[in-house]
Amino acid sequence: MQITHRLDTIFAALADPTRRAILARLAAGEASVTELAQPFAMSQPAISKHLKVLERAGLVSRGRDAQRRPRRLEPKRLGEATKWLERYRRLWEGNYRRLDALLDDLKTNPPTPGDDQ
Amino acid sequence: MNAGSLQLTTPGERELVMTRRFDAPRQLVFDAHTKPELVRRWLLGPPGWSMPVCEIDLRVGGKYRYLWQHDRDGTKMGMGGVYREIVAPERIVNTEKFDEAWYPGEALGTLVLVEQGGTTTLTYTMRYESRAARDAVIKSNMESGVAASYHRLAELLASTPARGRA
Repeated sequence: MQITHRLDTIFAALADPTRRAILARLAAGEASVTELAQPFAMSQPAISKHLKVLERAGLVSRGRDAQRRPRRLEPKRLGEATKWLERYRRLWEGNYRRLDALLDDLKTNPPTPGDDQ
Repeated sequence: MNAGSLQLTTPGERELVMTRRFDAPRQLVFDAHTKPELVRRWLLGPPGWSMPVCEIDLRVGGKYRYLWQHDRDGTKMGMGGVYREIVAPERIVNTEKFDEAWYPGEALGTLVLVEQGGTTTLTYTMRYESRAARDAVIKSNMESGVAASYHRLAELLASTPARGRA
């Protein structure tokens, strides 16, 4: 349940395009709030608000430099979220592999037309 | 793209598209999606689940109903919807809603089958009604592991450029 709750927070954080763009920027290296605000044409308080959501989700943390207080990406946390994507992909690959087998079966034993319609 | 390789793409904010090639004529792929005794042989999800209910009324305005059950603990998960468009054997559009209605509105699923040289390319597009629906799905309890949740997650993650860092 704990991990589920955290995933909720993570996906809620990821739901916003600005926050996704911030993560993309941080994937290229840590950056201060000022640096992050520049490409977004947003005020620093607005960016700070987004950063707070990302920090609460554990996706972003603060660096050591007390002056710049750079933010950086926490890839491990993002990894928890991508595990769900992998589960999803596995689920459908499992389904479609079964469908492959079924189709092979149908090719050798064609269904009688209209037998269940 | 080889048979067996599932592609996930996100052409829009509310959409998720799955593409997969099958080494079979599309009539068979269509049958496998529309005849209950065939559907329940493959549309099962993770190991340990079976599909005791699979009802399909294959006509525009007709309903379908799926119910899965976990073989060991008996957990049930159901979904259903209405057929909006049927062009056999190439296209089906249907609404899709899980019993645990944790998001407003319905999702719309579009299945398109294209046959070329004896193989069939399946494209399945899931489209949610609104951003609000998407956000509700995101905020919902993921523990249920409902397939539609996965759709939303996949869309989000696929549209997150930083995911490769994970």
